[in-house]
Amino acid sequence: MQSQLSVKHLLGIKELKKEDIQLIFETADQFKLVLNRPIKKVPSLRDITIANVFFENSTRTRLSFELAEKRLSADVVNFSSSSSSVKKGETLLDTVNNILAMKVDMVVLRHSSVGAAHFLARNVNANIINAGDGTHEHPTQALLDAFSIREKLGEVAGKKVCIFGDILHSRVALSNIFALQKLGAEVMVCGPNTLIPKYLGELGVKIEYDLKKALQWCDVANVLRIQLERQTIKYFPSLREYSLYYGINKELLDSLNKEIVIMHPGPINRGVELSSDVADSHHSIILDQVENGVAVRMAVLYLLAGKQGQ
Amino acid sequence: MSKRSILDNELLQITLDRLCQQLIENHDQFEESVILAIQPRGVIVGERIKSILEKSLKKKVAFGHLDVTFHRDDFRRKEAPLKANATIVPFIIEDKRVILVDDVLYTGRTVRAALDAMIAFGRPKDVELLALVDRKFGRDLPIEAQYVGKEVICLETEHVQVDLHEENKGEDKIWLVTNNDKK
Repeated sequence: MQSQLSVKHLLGIKELKKEDIQLIFETADQFKLVLNRPIKKVPSLRDITIANVFFENSTRTRLSFELAEKRLSADVVNFSSSSSSVKKGETLLDTVNNILAMKVDMVVLRHSSVGAAHFLARNVNANIINAGDGTHEHPTQALLDAFSIREKLGEVAGKKVCIFGDILHSRVALSNIFALQKLGAEVMVCGPNTLIPKYLGELGVKIEYDLKKALQWCDVANVLRIQLERQTIKYFPSLREYSLYYGINKELLDSLNKEIVIMHPGPINRGVELSSDVADSHHSIILDQVENGVAVRMAVLYLLAGKQGQ
Repeated sequence: MSKRSILDNELLQITLDRLCQQLIENHDQFEESVILAIQPRGVIVGERIKSILEKSLKKKVAFGHLDVTFHRDDFRRKEAPLKANATIVPFIIEDKRVILVDDVLYTGRTVRAALDAMIAFGRPKDVELLALVDRKFGRDLPIEAQYVGKEVICLETEHVQVDLHEENKGEDKIWLVTNNDKK
Protein backbone atom coordinates (compact mmCIF):
# COMPACT_ATOMS: atom_id res chain seq x y z
CA MET A 1 0.00 0.00 0.00
CA GLN A 2 1.59 3.24 -1.19
CA SER A 3 1.42 6.01 1.39
CA GLN A 4 3.50 8.69 -0.25
CA LEU A 5 3.95 10.33 -3.62
CA SER A 6 6.77 9.41 -5.97
CA VAL A 7 7.45 13.10 -6.72
CA LYS A 8 8.73 16.06 -4.69
CA HIS A 9 6.94 18.69 -6.76
CA LEU A 10 3.63 18.69 -8.60
CA LEU A 11 4.72 20.05 -11.96
CA GLY A 12 2.38 18.17 -14.26
CA ILE A 13 0.24 15.07 -14.51
CA LYS A 14 2.77 13.69 -17.00
CA GLU A 15 5.28 13.12 -14.17
CA LEU A 16 2.76 11.32 -11.92
CA LYS A 17 2.15 7.59 -11.72
CA LYS A 18 -1.32 6.10 -11.64
CA GLU A 19 -0.70 5.12 -8.00
CA ASP A 20 0.12 8.73 -7.12
CA ILE A 21 -3.21 9.88 -8.52
CA GLN A 22 -5.05 7.18 -6.61
CA LEU A 23 -3.29 8.13 -3.37
CA ILE A 24 -4.25 11.78 -3.91
CA PHE A 25 -7.88 10.73 -4.43
CA GLU A 26 -7.97 8.52 -1.33
CA THR A 27 -6.49 11.33 0.75
CA ALA A 28 -8.90 13.86 -0.80
CA ASP A 29 -11.84 11.62 0.19
CA GLN A 30 -10.83 12.10 3.83
CA PHE A 31 -10.35 15.85 3.43
CA LYS A 32 -13.78 16.10 1.86
CA LEU A 33 -15.17 14.63 5.09
CA VAL A 34 -13.18 17.21 7.06
CA LEU A 35 -14.66 20.02 4.91
CA ASN A 36 -18.17 18.93 5.78
CA ARG A 37 -17.61 19.08 9.52
CA PRO A 38 -18.62 21.96 11.78
CA ILE A 39 -14.90 22.76 12.26
CA LYS A 40 -13.34 22.50 8.80
CA LYS A 41 -9.75 22.60 9.86
CA VAL A 42 -6.92 20.21 10.73
CA PRO A 43 -3.54 21.15 12.20
CA SER A 44 -1.33 19.08 9.84
CA LEU A 45 0.64 21.91 8.17
CA ARG A 46 0.81 24.31 11.11
CA ASP A 47 4.61 24.59 10.82
CA ILE A 48 4.61 25.26 7.06
CA THR A 49 4.52 28.52 5.14
CA ILE A 50 3.19 28.58 1.59
CA ALA A 51 3.51 31.37 -0.98
CA ASN A 52 0.89 31.65 -3.70
CA VAL A 53 2.76 33.29 -6.55
CA PHE A 54 0.38 34.29 -9.35
CA PHE A 55 1.71 35.96 -12.49
CA GLU A 56 -1.67 35.53 -14.18
CA ASN A 57 -5.23 36.34 -13.14
CA SER A 58 -7.22 33.71 -11.32
CA THR A 59 -10.32 33.54 -9.14
CA ARG A 60 -11.08 29.88 -8.47
CA THR A 61 -7.60 28.42 -8.40
CA ARG A 62 -6.12 31.07 -6.12
CA LEU A 63 -9.04 31.08 -3.70
CA SER A 64 -9.17 27.30 -3.73
CA PHE A 65 -5.45 26.97 -2.97
CA GLU A 66 -5.64 29.62 -0.26
CA LEU A 67 -8.61 27.93 1.41
CA ALA A 68 -6.93 24.52 1.16
CA GLU A 69 -3.80 25.94 2.80
CA LYS A 70 -5.78 27.61 5.57
CA ARG A 71 -7.87 24.50 6.23
CA LEU A 72 -4.56 22.66 6.78
CA SER A 73 -3.41 25.41 9.20
CA ALA A 74 -0.49 26.53 7.01
CA ASP A 75 0.65 30.15 7.01
CA VAL A 76 -0.12 31.77 3.67
CA VAL A 77 1.37 34.71 1.77
CA ASN A 78 -0.10 35.89 -1.50
CA PHE A 79 1.72 37.48 -4.35
CA SER A 80 0.28 38.79 -7.58
CA SER A 81 2.47 40.26 -10.26
CA SER A 82 0.27 43.27 -10.97
CA SER A 83 1.07 44.88 -7.62
CA SER A 84 4.70 43.81 -7.30
CA SER A 85 8.26 44.69 -8.21
CA VAL A 86 7.98 42.47 -11.30
CA LYS A 87 6.72 45.65 -12.91
CA LYS A 88 10.12 47.20 -12.06
CA GLY A 89 11.94 44.44 -13.98
CA GLU A 90 12.71 41.75 -11.41
CA THR A 91 13.14 38.24 -12.86
CA LEU A 92 11.04 35.23 -11.86
CA LEU A 93 13.98 33.52 -10.18
CA ASP A 94 14.92 36.64 -8.18
CA THR A 95 11.34 37.20 -7.13
CA VAL A 96 10.92 33.63 -5.89
CA ASN A 97 14.33 33.52 -4.20
CA ASN A 98 13.46 36.67 -2.31
CA ILE A 99 10.20 35.12 -1.17
CA LEU A 100 12.05 31.96 -0.10
CA ALA A 101 14.62 34.01 1.83
CA MET A 102 11.74 34.89 4.13
CA LYS A 103 11.58 31.16 5.05
CA VAL A 104 8.81 29.86 2.83
CA ASP A 105 8.52 26.08 2.40
CA MET A 106 6.24 25.66 -0.60
CA VAL A 107 5.43 27.72 -3.66
CA VAL A 108 2.22 27.55 -5.68
CA LEU A 109 3.06 29.09 -9.05
CA ARG A 110 0.93 30.30 -11.91
CA HIS A 111 2.79 31.77 -14.86
CA SER A 112 2.05 32.52 -18.50
CA SER A 113 5.25 30.82 -19.72
CA VAL A 114 5.33 27.11 -20.45
CA GLY A 115 7.73 25.31 -18.09
CA ALA A 116 7.94 28.09 -15.48
CA ALA A 117 7.22 25.64 -12.65
CA HIS A 118 9.78 23.14 -13.98
CA PHE A 119 12.36 25.92 -14.17
CA LEU A 120 11.73 26.90 -10.54
CA ALA A 121 11.83 23.29 -9.35
CA ARG A 122 15.32 22.94 -10.83
CA ASN A 123 16.59 26.21 -9.38
CA VAL A 124 15.12 26.76 -5.94
CA ASN A 125 14.92 24.77 -2.76
CA ALA A 126 11.18 24.43 -2.06
CA ASN A 127 8.28 22.21 -3.09
CA ILE A 128 6.74 23.67 -6.23
CA ILE A 129 3.11 23.20 -7.21
CA ASN A 130 2.17 24.18 -10.72
CA ALA A 131 -1.12 26.09 -10.73
CA GLY A 132 -0.98 26.53 -14.49
CA ASP A 133 1.95 27.28 -16.80
CA GLY A 134 0.88 28.95 -20.04
CA THR A 135 -0.77 26.51 -22.44
CA HIS A 136 1.07 23.51 -20.94
CA GLU A 137 -0.34 21.91 -17.78
CA HIS A 138 -2.73 22.65 -14.91
CA PRO A 139 -2.38 19.48 -12.84
CA THR A 140 -4.64 20.26 -9.87
CA GLN A 141 -7.51 21.12 -12.24
CA ALA A 142 -7.14 17.75 -13.99
CA LEU A 143 -7.00 15.98 -10.62
CA LEU A 144 -10.17 17.63 -9.40
CA ASP A 145 -11.90 16.96 -12.73
CA ALA A 146 -11.05 13.26 -12.56
CA PHE A 147 -11.96 13.19 -8.85
CA SER A 148 -15.37 14.69 -9.68
CA ILE A 149 -15.96 12.11 -12.44
CA ARG A 150 -15.02 9.34 -10.00
CA GLU A 151 -17.42 10.77 -7.42
CA LYS A 152 -20.29 11.14 -9.91
CA LEU A 153 -19.88 7.90 -11.88
CA GLY A 154 -18.16 5.63 -9.35
CA GLU A 155 -14.94 5.27 -11.31
CA VAL A 156 -12.92 6.82 -14.12
CA ALA A 157 -11.68 3.63 -15.78
CA GLY A 158 -13.67 2.67 -18.85
CA LYS A 159 -15.57 5.97 -19.03
CA LYS A 160 -15.74 8.01 -22.23
CA VAL A 161 -14.75 11.62 -21.72
CA CYS A 162 -14.82 14.28 -24.42
CA ILE A 163 -13.12 17.65 -24.06
CA PHE A 164 -14.80 20.40 -26.08
CA GLY A 165 -13.56 23.75 -27.32
CA ASP A 166 -10.23 25.53 -27.43
CA ILE A 167 -7.88 22.55 -27.07
CA LEU A 168 -4.95 24.40 -28.66
CA HIS A 169 -4.65 27.03 -25.92
CA SER A 170 -5.80 24.90 -23.00
CA ARG A 171 -3.53 23.65 -20.23
CA VAL A 172 -6.60 22.03 -18.69
CA ALA A 173 -7.06 19.88 -21.79
CA LEU A 174 -3.51 18.52 -21.79
CA SER A 175 -3.49 17.75 -18.06
CA ASN A 176 -6.91 16.16 -18.35
CA ILE A 177 -5.80 13.95 -21.24
CA PHE A 178 -2.83 12.66 -19.21
CA ALA A 179 -4.86 12.13 -16.03
CA LEU A 180 -7.82 10.42 -17.69
CA GLN A 181 -5.61 8.12 -19.76
CA LYS A 182 -3.55 7.12 -16.72
CA LEU A 183 -6.77 6.24 -14.91
CA GLY A 184 -7.99 4.14 -17.85
CA ALA A 185 -10.63 6.38 -19.45
CA GLU A 186 -11.14 6.87 -23.20
CA VAL A 187 -10.55 10.46 -24.28
CA MET A 188 -11.89 12.40 -27.27
CA VAL A 189 -11.46 16.05 -28.16
CA CYS A 190 -13.96 18.06 -30.17
CA GLY A 191 -13.68 21.57 -31.56
CA PRO A 192 -13.05 23.53 -34.71
CA ASN A 193 -10.15 22.21 -36.79
CA THR A 194 -8.11 25.36 -36.15
CA LEU A 195 -8.24 24.90 -32.35
CA ILE A 196 -7.10 21.27 -32.29
CA PRO A 197 -3.31 20.84 -32.25
CA LYS A 198 -1.86 18.98 -35.21
CA TYR A 199 -0.11 16.18 -33.31
CA LEU A 200 -2.75 15.51 -30.67
CA GLY A 201 -3.67 12.17 -32.24
CA GLU A 202 -0.25 10.86 -31.22
CA LEU A 203 -1.33 10.95 -27.57
CA GLY A 204 -3.93 8.29 -28.40
CA VAL A 205 -6.83 10.73 -28.29
CA LYS A 206 -9.83 10.48 -30.62
CA ILE A 207 -10.59 13.61 -32.64
CA GLU A 208 -14.10 14.63 -33.71
CA TYR A 209 -15.21 17.82 -35.40
CA ASP A 210 -18.97 17.25 -35.14
CA LEU A 211 -20.42 18.42 -31.84
CA LYS A 212 -23.45 16.15 -31.90
CA LYS A 213 -21.50 13.00 -32.75
CA ALA A 214 -19.06 13.74 -29.92
CA LEU A 215 -21.88 14.27 -27.42
CA GLN A 216 -23.51 11.08 -28.62
CA TRP A 217 -20.26 9.17 -27.90
CA CYS A 218 -19.30 10.46 -24.47
CA ASP A 219 -20.42 9.85 -20.86
CA VAL A 220 -18.81 13.07 -19.69
CA ALA A 221 -18.49 16.37 -21.57
CA ASN A 222 -15.77 18.66 -20.24
CA VAL A 223 -16.42 22.01 -21.91
CA LEU A 224 -13.62 24.58 -22.12
CA ARG A 225 -13.68 28.33 -22.55
CA ILE A 226 -12.45 30.03 -25.71
CA GLN A 227 -9.23 31.70 -24.53
CA LEU A 228 -9.39 34.91 -26.55
CA GLU A 229 -6.56 36.39 -24.46
CA ARG A 230 -4.12 33.78 -25.77
CA GLN A 231 -5.24 33.98 -29.40
CA THR A 232 -3.01 36.23 -31.49
CA ILE A 233 -4.73 35.44 -34.77
CA LYS A 234 -8.36 34.69 -35.59
CA TYR A 235 -9.09 30.96 -35.42
CA PHE A 236 -12.80 31.24 -36.27
CA PRO A 237 -14.92 33.98 -37.83
CA SER A 238 -16.81 35.14 -34.72
CA LEU A 239 -17.92 34.04 -31.25
CA ARG A 240 -21.47 33.98 -32.58
CA GLU A 241 -20.52 31.50 -35.27
CA TYR A 242 -18.51 29.42 -32.78
CA SER A 243 -21.52 29.28 -30.52
CA LEU A 244 -23.76 28.14 -33.40
CA TYR A 245 -21.50 25.20 -34.21
CA TYR A 246 -19.96 24.32 -30.84
CA GLY A 247 -22.25 25.85 -28.19
CA ILE A 248 -24.05 23.24 -26.06
CA ASN A 249 -27.68 24.07 -25.30
CA LYS A 250 -30.69 22.40 -23.73
CA GLU A 251 -32.42 21.35 -26.99
CA LEU A 252 -29.25 19.64 -28.17
CA LEU A 253 -28.88 17.70 -24.90
CA ASP A 254 -32.58 16.75 -24.90
CA SER A 255 -32.31 15.46 -28.47
CA LEU A 256 -29.57 13.04 -27.38
CA ASN A 257 -31.96 11.29 -25.02
CA LYS A 258 -29.24 9.97 -22.66
CA GLU A 259 -27.58 10.69 -19.35
CA ILE A 260 -24.55 12.93 -19.71
CA VAL A 261 -22.35 14.75 -17.21
CA ILE A 262 -21.42 18.34 -18.06
CA MET A 263 -18.22 19.80 -16.61
CA HIS A 264 -16.50 23.16 -17.00
CA PRO A 265 -13.27 24.33 -15.36
CA GLY A 266 -14.52 27.94 -15.23
CA PRO A 267 -14.79 30.77 -15.91
CA ILE A 268 -17.88 30.10 -18.04
CA ASN A 269 -18.76 32.36 -20.92
CA ARG A 270 -22.50 31.83 -20.73
CA GLY A 271 -24.11 31.76 -24.14
CA VAL A 272 -20.85 30.92 -25.92
CA GLU A 273 -19.69 27.38 -25.08
CA LEU A 274 -22.58 26.58 -22.71
CA SER A 275 -26.06 28.03 -22.57
CA SER A 276 -27.30 29.08 -19.12
CA ASP A 277 -30.00 26.39 -18.95
CA VAL A 278 -27.29 23.70 -19.45
CA ALA A 279 -24.83 25.23 -16.99
CA ASP A 280 -27.52 25.25 -14.30
CA SER A 281 -29.15 21.91 -15.21
CA HIS A 282 -29.00 18.62 -13.31
CA HIS A 283 -26.43 17.37 -15.85
CA SER A 284 -23.92 19.94 -14.65
CA ILE A 285 -21.43 19.17 -11.86
CA ILE A 286 -19.62 22.48 -12.24
CA LEU A 287 -20.08 23.56 -8.62
CA ASP A 288 -19.15 20.08 -7.34
CA GLN A 289 -15.88 20.53 -9.23
CA VAL A 290 -15.23 23.74 -7.31
CA GLU A 291 -16.05 22.08 -3.98
CA ASN A 292 -13.83 19.09 -4.76
CA GLY A 293 -11.04 21.46 -5.79
CA VAL A 294 -10.36 22.42 -2.18
CA ALA A 295 -10.25 18.79 -0.98
CA VAL A 296 -7.98 17.70 -3.85
CA ARG A 297 -5.60 20.62 -3.28
CA MET A 298 -5.50 19.85 0.45
CA ALA A 299 -4.49 16.29 -0.43
CA VAL A 300 -1.73 17.49 -2.78
CA LEU A 301 -0.33 19.97 -0.24
CA TYR A 302 -0.53 17.44 2.59
CA LEU A 303 1.19 14.67 0.63
CA LEU A 304 3.95 16.96 -0.70
CA ALA A 305 4.57 18.39 2.77
CA GLY A 306 4.92 14.83 4.03
CA LYS A 307 7.81 14.37 1.63
CA GLN A 308 9.58 17.41 2.99
CA GLY A 309 10.84 16.14 6.30
CA GLN A 310 12.91 13.44 4.60
CA MET B 1 13.13 -11.60 17.24
CA SER B 2 11.12 -13.61 19.73
CA LYS B 3 7.50 -13.27 20.78
CA ARG B 4 5.32 -14.44 23.61
CA SER B 5 1.53 -14.50 23.76
CA ILE B 6 -0.07 -12.30 26.43
CA LEU B 7 -3.75 -12.62 25.50
CA ASP B 8 -5.48 -15.15 23.26
CA ASN B 9 -8.96 -16.14 22.09
CA GLU B 10 -10.62 -17.26 25.28
CA LEU B 11 -8.90 -14.88 27.65
CA LEU B 12 -9.55 -11.97 25.26
CA GLN B 13 -13.28 -12.73 25.31
CA ILE B 14 -13.28 -12.72 29.14
CA THR B 15 -11.38 -9.43 29.13
CA LEU B 16 -13.80 -7.80 26.66
CA ASP B 17 -16.79 -9.04 28.71
CA ARG B 18 -15.27 -7.55 31.85
CA LEU B 19 -14.62 -4.20 30.14
CA CYS B 20 -18.25 -4.11 29.01
CA GLN B 21 -19.47 -4.81 32.54
CA GLN B 22 -17.36 -1.92 33.80
CA LEU B 23 -18.75 0.34 31.08
CA ILE B 24 -22.34 -0.56 32.01
CA GLU B 25 -21.52 0.07 35.67
CA ASN B 26 -20.51 3.64 34.82
CA HIS B 27 -22.82 4.41 31.92
CA ASP B 28 -25.94 2.46 32.89
CA GLN B 29 -28.24 2.46 29.83
CA PHE B 30 -25.87 4.43 27.57
CA GLU B 31 -28.49 7.12 27.12
CA GLU B 32 -26.03 9.97 26.86
CA SER B 33 -22.95 7.89 26.09
CA VAL B 34 -21.24 7.22 22.77
CA ILE B 35 -18.30 5.06 21.70
CA LEU B 36 -15.65 6.68 19.52
CA ALA B 37 -13.11 4.16 18.26
CA ILE B 38 -9.71 5.22 16.97
CA GLN B 39 -8.72 4.05 13.45
CA PRO B 40 -7.59 1.53 12.47
CA ARG B 41 -7.43 -1.18 15.14
CA GLY B 42 -9.38 0.61 17.85
CA VAL B 43 -12.35 0.28 15.52
CA ILE B 44 -12.14 -3.53 15.57
CA VAL B 45 -11.93 -3.56 19.38
CA GLY B 46 -14.75 -0.99 19.51
CA GLU B 47 -17.01 -3.03 17.20
CA ARG B 48 -16.63 -6.05 19.48
CA ILE B 49 -17.37 -4.03 22.59
CA LYS B 50 -20.38 -2.50 20.88
CA SER B 51 -21.83 -5.89 19.96
CA ILE B 52 -21.37 -7.24 23.52
CA LEU B 53 -22.95 -4.10 24.98
CA GLU B 54 -25.88 -4.24 22.57
CA LYS B 55 -26.51 -7.87 23.47
CA SER B 56 -26.66 -7.20 27.20
CA LEU B 57 -28.44 -3.81 27.00
CA LYS B 58 -30.79 -5.02 24.23
CA LYS B 59 -30.52 -1.66 22.45
CA LYS B 60 -28.37 0.16 19.92
CA VAL B 61 -25.24 1.91 21.16
CA ALA B 62 -24.01 5.01 19.26
CA PHE B 63 -20.69 4.20 17.59
CA GLY B 64 -18.26 6.30 15.58
CA HIS B 65 -14.87 5.97 13.87
CA LEU B 66 -12.24 8.60 14.53
CA ASP B 67 -9.17 8.97 12.32
CA VAL B 68 -6.34 10.97 13.86
CA THR B 69 -3.89 11.02 10.92
CA PHE B 70 -4.25 14.76 10.22
CA HIS B 71 -3.91 15.62 13.92
CA ARG B 72 -0.75 13.65 14.68
CA ASP B 73 2.21 15.56 16.07
CA ASP B 74 4.79 13.38 14.28
CA PHE B 75 3.77 14.38 10.72
CA ARG B 76 6.96 15.22 8.75
CA ARG B 77 9.04 13.75 11.57
CA LYS B 78 8.41 10.15 10.60
CA GLU B 79 9.87 8.25 7.67
CA ALA B 80 6.61 8.04 5.71
CA PRO B 81 3.29 9.69 6.41
CA LEU B 82 0.47 7.40 7.51
CA LYS B 83 -2.43 6.73 5.23
CA ALA B 84 -5.66 8.36 6.33
CA ASN B 85 -8.78 6.35 7.19
CA ALA B 86 -12.38 7.44 7.36
CA THR B 87 -13.77 9.45 10.25
CA ILE B 88 -17.45 8.61 10.67
CA VAL B 89 -19.25 10.32 13.53
CA PRO B 90 -23.00 9.68 12.97
CA PHE B 91 -24.14 11.52 16.11
CA ILE B 92 -23.81 14.88 17.86
CA ILE B 93 -20.92 14.94 20.33
CA GLU B 94 -22.09 18.08 22.13
CA ASP B 95 -22.84 17.23 25.79
CA LYS B 96 -22.37 13.49 25.26
CA ARG B 97 -20.25 11.22 27.44
CA VAL B 98 -17.58 9.95 25.06
CA ILE B 99 -15.68 6.69 25.46
CA LEU B 100 -12.56 6.64 23.28
CA VAL B 101 -11.42 3.12 22.35
CA ASP B 102 -7.99 2.04 21.16
CA ASP B 103 -6.06 -1.23 21.03
CA VAL B 104 -2.78 -0.21 22.68
CA LEU B 105 -2.02 2.78 24.92
CA TYR B 106 1.68 3.59 24.99
CA THR B 107 3.08 7.13 24.65
CA GLY B 108 -0.37 8.73 24.79
CA ARG B 109 0.30 10.77 21.64
CA THR B 110 -2.41 9.03 19.59
CA VAL B 111 -4.93 9.76 22.33
CA ARG B 112 -3.80 13.40 22.41
CA ALA B 113 -4.40 13.59 18.66
CA ALA B 114 -7.76 11.86 19.10
CA LEU B 115 -8.88 14.43 21.68
CA ASP B 116 -7.90 17.14 19.22
CA ALA B 117 -9.76 15.45 16.35
CA MET B 118 -12.82 14.87 18.52
CA ILE B 119 -13.14 18.51 19.61
CA ALA B 120 -13.80 19.42 15.94
CA PHE B 121 -17.20 17.77 16.36
CA GLY B 122 -18.28 19.60 19.50
CA ARG B 123 -17.80 19.85 23.25
CA PRO B 124 -18.51 16.58 25.01
CA LYS B 125 -19.69 16.36 28.63
CA ASP B 126 -16.75 14.18 29.52
CA VAL B 127 -14.29 11.82 27.87
CA GLU B 128 -13.01 8.46 29.06
CA LEU B 129 -10.47 6.13 27.54
CA LEU B 130 -10.62 2.38 27.07
CA ALA B 131 -7.44 0.58 26.03
CA LEU B 132 -7.28 -3.15 25.36
CA VAL B 133 -3.59 -3.15 26.30
CA ASP B 134 -1.90 -0.57 28.50
CA ARG B 135 1.89 -0.41 28.17
CA LYS B 136 2.86 1.03 31.52
CA PHE B 137 5.88 3.29 31.99
CA GLY B 138 6.17 4.58 28.42
CA ARG B 139 3.99 7.64 28.58
CA ASP B 140 5.16 10.93 27.01
CA LEU B 141 1.99 12.75 28.08
CA PRO B 142 -0.19 12.82 31.20
CA ILE B 143 -2.87 10.48 29.81
CA GLU B 144 -4.36 7.44 31.56
CA ALA B 145 -7.06 4.94 30.61
CA GLN B 146 -10.13 4.42 32.84
CA TYR B 147 -10.76 0.95 31.41
CA VAL B 148 -7.79 -1.34 30.81
CA GLY B 149 -7.96 -4.83 29.31
CA LYS B 150 -4.47 -5.90 30.23
CA GLU B 151 -1.54 -4.06 31.74
CA VAL B 152 1.85 -4.88 30.25
CA ILE B 153 5.21 -3.90 31.60
CA CYS B 154 7.85 -4.04 28.92
CA LEU B 155 11.10 -2.58 27.68
CA GLU B 156 11.53 0.04 24.99
CA THR B 157 13.01 -2.62 22.70
CA GLU B 158 9.80 -4.65 22.96
CA HIS B 159 6.48 -3.93 21.35
CA VAL B 160 2.92 -5.14 21.56
CA GLN B 161 1.51 -6.76 18.44
CA VAL B 162 -2.25 -7.09 18.16
CA ASP B 163 -3.59 -9.72 15.73
CA LEU B 164 -7.38 -9.72 15.47
CA HIS B 165 -9.29 -12.12 13.27
CA GLU B 166 -11.18 -9.32 11.48
CA GLU B 167 -7.89 -8.15 10.02
CA ASN B 168 -6.02 -11.28 9.02
CA LYS B 169 -8.65 -14.02 9.28
CA GLY B 170 -6.41 -15.91 11.71
CA GLU B 171 -6.89 -16.31 15.45
CA ASP B 172 -7.09 -13.51 17.97
CA LYS B 173 -3.75 -13.15 19.65
CA ILE B 174 -1.87 -10.39 21.37
CA TRP B 175 1.90 -10.76 21.46
CA LEU B 176 4.78 -9.18 23.28
CA VAL B 177 7.53 -9.02 20.68
CA THR B 178 11.18 -8.66 21.67
CA ASN B 179 13.33 -7.11 19.00
CA ASN B 180 16.87 -8.35 19.63
CA ASP B 181 18.48 -6.87 16.53
CA LYS B 182 18.13 -3.20 17.35
CA LYS B 183 19.18 -2.23 20.80
